[in-house]
Amino acid sequence: MKVKVLSRSAEEATRERSNDIHKIQRNLDPTLHPFEKAREYQRALNATKVERMFAKPFIGALSGHVDGVYCMAKHPKKLDWLVSGGGDGDLRMWSLSEQKSIWSTVGHKAMITGVSSFLNGTRFLSCSNDRTVKIWDPEENGTGSTTPVAVYTGKNAFSGISHHRSDNIFATSGSAIDIWDHDRAEPVQTLNWGVDTINTVKFNQTEKNIIASTGSDRTIILYDLRTSQPVTKLVLAMRTNAIAWNPMEAFNFVAANEDHNVYAFDMRKMDKAQNILKDHVSAVMSVDYSPTGEEIVTGGYDRTVRLFNARQGHSRDIYHTNRMQRVFSVLYTMDNKYVLSGSDDGNVRLWKARASEKMGVKDYRERAHLEYAEKLKEKFSSVPEIRRINHHRNVPKAIKSATKKKAIMIQSRKVKEENVRKHTKAENLKERIPERKKPVVGVKK
Amino acid sequence: MVEKKKEKKDPVLAIVPKYARGNAHEALDGVNKLENKKLKGTIKRREKQFKEAAYKAASSELLLTEEGGYLEPEGIEKTYQLTQSALKKEVDISTAHKMFTLDLKFGPYSIDYTRNGRHLLIGGRKGHVAAFDWQAGKLACELQLRETVRDVKWLHNETLFAVAQKKYVYIYDKTGTEIHCLRNHIEVNKLDFLPYHFLLASVGNAGYLKYQDTSTGKLVAEHRTKLGKCDVMTQNPANAIMHLGHGNGTVTLWSPNMTTPLVKMQCHRGPVTAMAIDHAGKYMATAGLDGQLKLWDLRSYKPMQEYFTPTPASSLSISQRGLLAVGFGPHVSVWKNPFTTKQTSPYMSHLQPGSPVHDVEFVPFEDVLGFGHRSGISSIVVPGAGEANFDALEANPFQTKKQRQEMEVHALLDKIQPEMITLDVEHVGKMDKAPIQVINKEKKEAWAAANPEQATELKFKARGKNSSSRRHLRKKAKNVIDQKKVDLLERIENDKKERAKRRAGNPDEPATALDRFSGKKRKL
Repeated sequence: MKVKVLSRSAEEATRERSNDIHKIQRNLDPTLHPFEKAREYQRALNATKVERMFAKPFIGALSGHVDGVYCMAKHPKKLDWLVSGGGDGDLRMWSLSEQKSIWSTVGHKAMITGVSSFLNGTRFLSCSNDRTVKIWDPEENGTGSTTPVAVYTGKNAFSGISHHRSDNIFATSGSAIDIWDHDRAEPVQTLNWGVDTINTVKFNQTEKNIIASTGSDRTIILYDLRTSQPVTKLVLAMRTNAIAWNPMEAFNFVAANEDHNVYAFDMRKMDKAQNILKDHVSAVMSVDYSPTGEEIVTGGYDRTVRLFNARQGHSRDIYHTNRMQRVFSVLYTMDNKYVLSGSDDGNVRLWKARASEKMGVKDYRERAHLEYAEKLKEKFSSVPEIRRINHHRNVPKAIKSATKKKAIMIQSRKVKEENVRKHTKAENLKERIPERKKPVVGVKK
Repeated sequence: MVEKKKEKKDPVLAIVPKYARGNAHEALDGVNKLENKKLKGTIKRREKQFKEAAYKAASSELLLTEEGGYLEPEGIEKTYQLTQSALKKEVDISTAHKMFTLDLKFGPYSIDYTRNGRHLLIGGRKGHVAAFDWQAGKLACELQLRETVRDVKWLHNETLFAVAQKKYVYIYDKTGTEIHCLRNHIEVNKLDFLPYHFLLASVGNAGYLKYQDTSTGKLVAEHRTKLGKCDVMTQNPANAIMHLGHGNGTVTLWSPNMTTPLVKMQCHRGPVTAMAIDHAGKYMATAGLDGQLKLWDLRSYKPMQEYFTPTPASSLSISQRGLLAVGFGPHVSVWKNPFTTKQTSPYMSHLQPGSPVHDVEFVPFEDVLGFGHRSGISSIVVPGAGEANFDALEANPFQTKKQRQEMEVHALLDKIQPEMITLDVEHVGKMDKAPIQVINKEKKEAWAAANPEQATELKFKARGKNSSSRRHLRKKAKNVIDQKKVDLLERIENDKKERAKRRAGNPDEPATALDRFSGKKRKL
């Protein structure tokens, strides 16, 4: 008779010396791991609760401005660098790691409407309602000089500024779009389509010669510098306040609109929005992409900052504080970890981009655990219990009531539309307009 | 073509189905017809990931070092003729140490092993309880309780155990100190512990099945079986459903969430004496006083095989690799593969002379069968019983103290709520495919249950039925009948008929435009 009996020796299964790590033998046979799904669900639930418990996104307020902060600029290559412009002409440069102002000057006689950084060096531009554009270099000779390196004077007030990615040219908006060379006192080019005021102008940072601008006549106009010609003119139902180009997909941009929504467009197909980001309950004043192009941060007139997944329709988080007023400028930092907001109350606020993320170095096991938890949350995200916890946010009463009211209004509009359709003869019935085409009034090429 | 040939040669592919979760073909059915490209891509990508995961898990079988035990007869040898003394000569010394008998005077003994198979708990009917690391021979504690002990059970690890005593259930720690007395559990015959839910289940003379949460101390559920005294209980390790065997031959399946049994099975023509369920939760073995040993398929609740036991079996146990141990009289016989094919002879058998067997149990991750009998406990070697490769993160026979503590914390964090015990373990996170009306109705009922005062206010009030004659009738004394009342009732009844007639109209009459105001819908 052949006999084999299980006989394990403790030496083989345990460690030899106390410095060794313990031997962990695995057997992935599913029958040895009962209740797999129920345990995973429990872990997902715990992870969701823990995430909400640790959601403390506010890091600090950078105070210094006396008037509101209406524009900010980040540096494409430096993390610890921020410039902000105030309503009283005050310009400030900040060290984000120390959370304090390292340089400031009253640079303009009127409200600063735009600041912009260059790729090279530490210089930056500012434009203002006092009809000047100035180039500043705080680190020139290490002195913290408060005299501008160059001053350019225009005919009208400027409303926005954007610097070219690599060349020494920049664009300003005002009554028209002016293209300036660093070495010329007059604009080298003036672009215009229609007569209305231009609110903002933004250079595409990848496809370097494309400029997007928004006008107060509800238009978004794209120009190509190579031909000095406008490319497309898009008219929306309401005014667009800000634009941000997708840093990874050069042809995509988002437009922060007065009608509480943010519209994502593909510049090749402007007849409909690629995505509509809803949730703000007042005009969206500012928008910025994360450097990965996957996330979007918006600041609204409703005194909140919202974070969106760029491919989803509703915000994944909302940031607000008691003292934060209307948010006029937001930025996503270049390390994809922080969000900055500049508001009417004169503070620049620093937030975490993911509210519950632990900052600092994580060791391998911790990272593995967090990734596992993330996957589990995704797996069970549609289970009602988990979804409820995950979606719950305490928001200010004003936002909550406005959200409710808005939902009722939208619903009643829908009902009315349906009723009209119901009582219209079949031959008079117009085709339904897709939701993403509704905001587009017209496109001209 | 070349790739296909390669795939066929891959030996891992044969074992992939064991590790696959769900049916990939079913999940991908109709995906190509989806209009939503994003969704289509997501589903396909996910299925690909699942497939890859199953393949990787299957290929990790290569790393399993241990091979399961076996007995291979040569020539005319029969495995059931092999006695323990003959086997002892064939095996190594550490295995030989696992064959032992303890002569104890306080029997019959119930026994229980921890989930890693390392620790043994014995309880003699006359009040003797002992807990020890049976492989190392280290005694943890020994108690003389001086009252009847009906059952003993380890809780989640070897630090705590429960004992069903004469009246109450007590919980002791490993030093033998009494920690709790569970006064809700009265005259308990059988205990069981659900390790992933931290639930201690008990059933006794009164026929009440009680679930106590050992992590929070709350009594989770208390079910009246209405079938009298019960002393046969076992858990389905795959879905945590408790199976109770009753005096009338039925086996009932319970979860803490339903006050009535989930399933009732008529298994025997006499009382059920023993029951066991295999680790995958597919098969159940039951034995009755009618001399039958029946094997059931728990997916269809149908009998698969029926065996005859000369003496009614007193205890059953199924090992991790599917061996069935039957204790009857002073015998223990072990059957190999008894579920799918009808066996004619046992795999092994053992006689404990002069001492009826009370409780048999296979040791997890060992080729050992332990049993308690009238005059003590015994341990015999059954090659091929235990799973050869343990998973150290699930149950580790060589666990250190630190690992045990860590595992306890993790087990508590991952504790499954009792509400999640269902027949279908894959239930959570599944799509509810019921029609929308059913789902809405359920939602409504749940809401009504949660908000009883608002729900009652929503009563439909019928208007226009409150005529003066009815009010008059209402005000009158109910039990007095006078002529006026009779007249009134008659009039109301006549009016009603008249109204109905008027509403119905004359069926022969052609429909007019005014019919729309008559109240009754008529086809125009």
